[in-house]
Amino acid sequence: MAGWTRHTGKVALLAQDNLDTDQLLPARFMSTPRSEGYGDRLLYDVRRDESGALLPGFPLNRQPNASILVAGRNFGSGSSREAAVYALVDSGIRVVIAASFGDIFAANAVNNGLLPATVVEGLAPLGAAGSLTVDLQTCEISAGALCVRFTLDEGQRTKLINGWDDIDLTRHHQDEITAFRTARRQSAPWAWPAAG
Amino acid sequence: MPVPLALPPAEEEGRQPMHERPRAGAGGVTGPRTLLDKLWSAHEILRSPNGDSLLWVDRHFVHEGSHHAFAKLAARAARVAEPDLTFGVVDHYAPTRPGPVRPEITRMIETLRSNAAAHGLRLFDLTGPDQGIVHVIGPEQGLTLPGLLVMCGDSHTSTHGAFGALAFGIGATEVAHVLATQTIWQRRPAAMRLTVEGTLGPGVTAKDLALAWISRLGAGAARGHAIEYAGSAVRGLSMEGRMTLCNLSIEGGARFGMVAPDETTFAFVDGRASAPRGADWHRAVDAWSSLRSDAGARFEREVSLDAAEIAPTVTWGTSPEQAVPVDALVPDPAVLGPEKADAAAGALAYMGLSAGRPIAGTPVDQVFIGSCTNGRIEDLRAAASVLAGRRARVPGLVSPGSMQVKRQAEEEGLARIFTEAGLDWAGSGCSMCVGMNGDLVAPGQRCASSTNRNFRGRQGPGARTHLMSPAMVAAAAVAGEITDVRPLLARDQGAR
Repeated sequence: MAGWTRHTGKVALLAQDNLDTDQLLPARFMSTPRSEGYGDRLLYDVRRDESGALLPGFPLNRQPNASILVAGRNFGSGSSREAAVYALVDSGIRVVIAASFGDIFAANAVNNGLLPATVVEGLAPLGAAGSLTVDLQTCEISAGALCVRFTLDEGQRTKLINGWDDIDLTRHHQDEITAFRTARRQSAPWAWPAAG
Repeated sequence: MPVPLALPPAEEEGRQPMHERPRAGAGGVTGPRTLLDKLWSAHEILRSPNGDSLLWVDRHFVHEGSHHAFAKLAARAARVAEPDLTFGVVDHYAPTRPGPVRPEITRMIETLRSNAAAHGLRLFDLTGPDQGIVHVIGPEQGLTLPGLLVMCGDSHTSTHGAFGALAFGIGATEVAHVLATQTIWQRRPAAMRLTVEGTLGPGVTAKDLALAWISRLGAGAARGHAIEYAGSAVRGLSMEGRMTLCNLSIEGGARFGMVAPDETTFAFVDGRASAPRGADWHRAVDAWSSLRSDAGARFEREVSLDAAEIAPTVTWGTSPEQAVPVDALVPDPAVLGPEKADAAAGALAYMGLSAGRPIAGTPVDQVFIGSCTNGRIEDLRAAASVLAGRRARVPGLVSPGSMQVKRQAEEEGLARIFTEAGLDWAGSGCSMCVGMNGDLVAPGQRCASSTNRNFRGRQGPGARTHLMSPAMVAAAAVAGEITDVRPLLARDQGAR
C-alpha cells in the first residue's frame, strides 16, 4: 500500500445517513477474488435498475470520475466486509468525507489507503464543490476560498501517510509478543483450549 | 498487494520509540477499573506513542469469507502463527437444504478447507457433527471463555462478549494480521455502560431490549465505544439472551459488547468440550470472578433503561434504529425531525409501508428463524412454544444455529412442531440472514425475521425485512401478519 499526503479530485455527493456496507457491496459479490476487481460492483443495487443498467440520475453515475465521496452520518456501518472498501478503491475513490463512520469500516479503509475523513460541521458546501483538495498533513479539505478541517485518528493518519504494512511493523515486536505469550501461558493456562 | 516496507527511522521527526510498556491498568487507569480496563490490560503487549495497543489474541475464528486474508498471507508466504488458537468454520455459505449447490459456493467452502488443511487448523466442516454459525459454536464448544480476546472477520463477533470476553469484528487485512502474528493493533474504545434494571415482561426478550435501545439512541450512537451491559434485567438473562444482546451491539455502532461473567456464565461453560478442566477450571473461575467493573469505575458514557417499559419491538424501516413497539404506529417521517425524515421516507417507500398506520397487521409473505442473533436452543424453544398446536399461514424457514442445536431441537420435539406448523426445518448456517448460500427473500417479499439487519437488500435484492424476536416471528407466521405475541402467550397460559 502506497502512502500519500495530498489528493485533488472530483466530488460526488451521497447525501444519505447509515449507508451500510451491504449497500456498498452486496453480499452476493463477496466470493469474487480480489484480482478480478470490485469496482463495477460498488453500490450495485443502488445505482442500477433491475436489469443492471446504470441509473442516470444517481450521483456516482453522473460523476463517474469522482475520487472523493461526500456522505452522511455513520457511513460504512454494518458488516465488517472489507470488500466494501475494495469496491470503493477499485472505483477510484480515494477519500470519503462523512459526519461519522462505522468503526470497522474506518479501519478497513485505512488498511487500503482510503481516507475516512470526518467532518461534522460544514459538510454541505463540500458536497456542492465540483472538486476538492484533501491534505493529510494539515487535515484540511479545500476548494478555492473554502477550507474545512477534518478529523482522523492519529494512528490512522500516520498509517495513511506512510503506507505502512502492519504485519511488518508488528514483526519488529516479535520478542515482546513471544515474552507475552510465555507469561500468559503461565499465568492463564486455561486460556489455551483443553485438548478435545 | 501489501508491499513489505521498512520501519521509519526512529529519529525522524524526533519520533519517540515505537512503543512503551503498558502501565498498570489500561489507559493509565488507576483506582477503580471497568471490565473493559481489566480485559484490555490483560491482553496489552505494548502501546505505540499514538495510543494504539498491540493486543494478544486468544481465539481466532475464520470462515469462508476469510479467503481474502488467506490470499494476503499466501502473497507474503507467511504461516498461521498459532494454529492451535485458530479455528475454521463453514457457516456463511453453508447450504442448509438438500439439492444442487452452486459451483461458487462449493468453491468458497473448498477454499476454506484447503486453507485450513495447509495451515493445520481445526475445521468445523459442513459434514461434521459440530458445524454451525461461528458465534454459536464458539461458546457451544467452550472455545469462547470469559477473559479471552476473541477475533473473527465478522461484525457480530461482539456476541462472544456475553461471556466477559473482549470480542470484536475485523476486516480482511486485520484477519491476515491476526493469522500472521496472533496479535491485533487497536485503539482502546471509550467505555459505555448500558444499565437495564427491572424485569422484562412476558414475551419480551433480549432482542426487544436491543432493538429498543438502538431505536432510542440510533444506529451510530455507540460508535467508538465498548458497551458493558449491566443491571438486574441483564443479570437475569440466560447466556443465550446475553449473546443476543451483545450480538446486536454493532447495530448500535459499538464494535464491542460485554457482560461481566457470573454463575450463569460459569454454569454454561462448565463441562464444554474445550473448556478448562480440573485444576485449570478452578484457577480459571478464580480469575474470571474478578472480571467485573469495580464500584466507582468511570464510564465515558452511561445510559439506563427500565426493563418494564420495553415491549416486543419490530423494525419498520431499513436500519435497525427504525424500530417501534409492536403496538405502535409506523412513524410519520415529518415528526422524526429533519435529520431523519428523508431516510425514513425512503425506507417507507422501500418497505411499502404507509406512515401513521399500526405496524401490527402488516401482512408478511414469509418468516425466517435462525442466525447468530437468534438461532440458539432457547430461541427455537420460544418460537416453538408459540407454534405448538398451530399452523403457519405463510411459508417459512427455520435454520438452527448449529448442528448441536439441531439435534437438541429434534430430541426435544421442537423440530416436529416447526414442520407440523408448515415451516421448513433446515440445516445450520448463516442462511437467510445474509443470503450468501442462496436462501433468499425474493424482491418485494416481506419477511418477519429473527436476524440482525433490515438493510436494503440484506436478505436479497428488493427484500423487505422486519426484525423481531423468534417468538414474534412465530406469531407473525401464525397470524400471517405482524402481531403482538403476548395475547397468544396469554391464551396458552389460560389454556394450561
